[in-house]
Amino acid sequence: MFSARDEILARIRAVNRPSPVPIPRDYERTRTVPDVLALLDERVADYKAIVHRVAEAEVPDRIADCLARRSASTVAVPADVPASWRVPAVTWLPDSPPLPLAELDTVDGVLTGCAVAIAETGTIVLDAGEAQGRRMLSLVPDYHLCVVRAGQVVTSVPEALTRLEPGRPLTFISGPSATSDIELDRVEGVHGPRTLEVLIAT
Amino acid sequence: MGGRNPVTWLGSPAFPKAAHEALADTQLRRNLRKATTTIRTKRAGVVAELDDWERLRRAGEAIKDDVLANLDTYLVRLEEAVTARGGVVHWARDAEEANRIVLDLVRTEGADEVVKVKSMATAEIGLNEALEAGGVHAVETDLAELIVQLGDDRPSHILVPAIHRNRAEIRDVFRRGMAEEPASDEPRDLAEAARRHLRRKFLSAKVAISGANFAVADTGSIVVVESEGNGRMCLTLPETLITVMGIEKLVPSWQDLEVFLQLLPRSSTAERMNPYTSVWSGVTPADGPRKFHLVLLDNGRTATLADQVGRQALRCIRCSACLNVCPVYERTGGQAYGSVYPGPIGAILAPQLAGDLHDEQAASLPYASSLCGACYEVCPVRINIPEVLTHLRAEAVQAKGKRTPEALAMAAAAWVFADPKRYEAAQKAGSLSQLLARDGRIKRLPGPGAKWTDSRDAPAVPKESFRAWWRKNRVQRP
Ligand code: SF4
Repeated sequence: MFSARDEILARIRAVNRPSPVPIPRDYERTRTVPDVLALLDERVADYKAIVHRVAEAEVPDRIADCLARRSASTVAVPADVPASWRVPAVTWLPDSPPLPLAELDTVDGVLTGCAVAIAETGTIVLDAGEAQGRRMLSLVPDYHLCVVRAGQVVTSVPEALTRLEPGRPLTFISGPSATSDIELDRVEGVHGPRTLEVLIAT
Repeated sequence: MGGRNPVTWLGSPAFPKAAHEALADTQLRRNLRKATTTIRTKRAGVVAELDDWERLRRAGEAIKDDVLANLDTYLVRLEEAVTARGGVVHWARDAEEANRIVLDLVRTEGADEVVKVKSMATAEIGLNEALEAGGVHAVETDLAELIVQLGDDRPSHILVPAIHRNRAEIRDVFRRGMAEEPASDEPRDLAEAARRHLRRKFLSAKVAISGANFAVADTGSIVVVESEGNGRMCLTLPETLITVMGIEKLVPSWQDLEVFLQLLPRSSTAERMNPYTSVWSGVTPADGPRKFHLVLLDNGRTATLADQVGRQALRCIRCSACLNVCPVYERTGGQAYGSVYPGPIGAILAPQLAGDLHDEQAASLPYASSLCGACYEVCPVRINIPEVLTHLRAEAVQAKGKRTPEALAMAAAAWVFADPKRYEAAQKAGSLSQLLARDGRIKRLPGPGAKWTDSRDAPAVPKESFRAWWRKNRVQRP
């Protein structure tokens, strides 16, 4: 008896298939925009995320501000975020050793960096690399504060994919969790973090 | 080989009868009109933002054609890449075999409940019912799927299976099916109710089941596109992840995703990007599931591949844009199609997957259209749905073994639809309408379609070029 694998492959090979076609790649690789950071700001905000543009040196102060405004006192964090981000007056829970899921479910929020941000679509990509941690860290808490550095920002989707390593676990985040399932209109806030706050550091 | 393909629902009436019943439901029609009007306008806006939209569509079409041309090579390549990264690949000839594979895997993990990410492939094979029969409860976690599941209802849309329900009806479904009832029928409160209802299930589930939007042959990367975060929960929290995907969901290389991650969100939810896209390859130590199984599903796809005209349906990326613009779908709703794949794509895909044109219900589906061409115009991978519809109608007529006037008209129509230039010219000349009907308007469709045209108020092909008419009447660009 043939295995399912052999049989499916044999069925495909038995068919008079279309001949291979050249793939036209004449679509745009990037787009000309006057100010890529302004575009990122606008497009992330369009998803009802909160966005701030800050000077790199002011990032710690702004982190403290954001957390204070939400009264977030217990915050999870990948173990390798810059030390300056772990501002005083907050109980930091570094994910090393890995935080139990039940504990992650009770924190006030999570602070991470990112790998790449796409201005045109207002998307932040996490690749579990530096300052990002494992995937569940930025998923279970209800509030996600994310620091994007200017050098991580690209204009288009094609540019972003060339920067990413497909073997890593990737999460593309465009605004807070949302749904279009009720009357096909978007409302924010379902299972993922219901508040996304982004600091664009220049 | 298993028995009947569950892609069409057993006992569903043929389309004309089901459509006739649906047309009498004014609440359904109001709900659908509101939802599809909203999404059409938004889609037109985000598509107009990209100057290279037509070039992206052509690239998407060519990439998917390349997949079909080299399907065996790419499947073997995907299998190697997933295996090399610690995943296990299974192959399933049909629904029954796929369901058995999944049930066995779930039993091996000792689970009697699984969480599920919305997936068309598992809906197509009737996985939930098969699991239930095997003593495993599948919890749908996508909001619309949850509405369908709790309401003991059937899906009516590819992307939003509960599109036929408005907020008040959803609130009633939740009241009956949840421990805590929603605070109001505001969408925000309904979403909050779903969050509370599913939270504990996510945090305690041992096994998750998902579909796949794309799989990259070169790298073994699987892509799931979603909105709510229920997908991320299922893909990262449980220890075991089982993904069921149709064999045509491949793309050859990582670079190809740059095309589809632009085409899909703008076509489906009319967003520049959907809230969450997850990509993973095999298993990652200390991050996400420790076991990953990929089930590659045929279930009528290789048979569809053999049809030189019909196989373009395998390019479909399940965006649902063709449903949202279809005048027939808007009036009848999705359930009238009697399949998990409703609307224009369902009318060409479901009968091909079912593979039985002697089945009256499946054979009636290609008639569920006024051949207006709106679906072709919006399809991100340029599937010429009218061409396939007329081709399948001709086949259905031929299956009856007669050179009837219908068969001749359908053969002529198929020839016109096969070429965009002929199609446009025929529409301008009005000859297309004459081909299909008397007096230049579609009064009656041939074959089983006649019953349908007799009972509907769907628009006929207009005198002016459809493309011109559609731009004027159906797409409100901001
Ligand atoms: S046929 Fe085209 S428009 Fe319809 S769901 Fe498939 S990809 Fe989308």
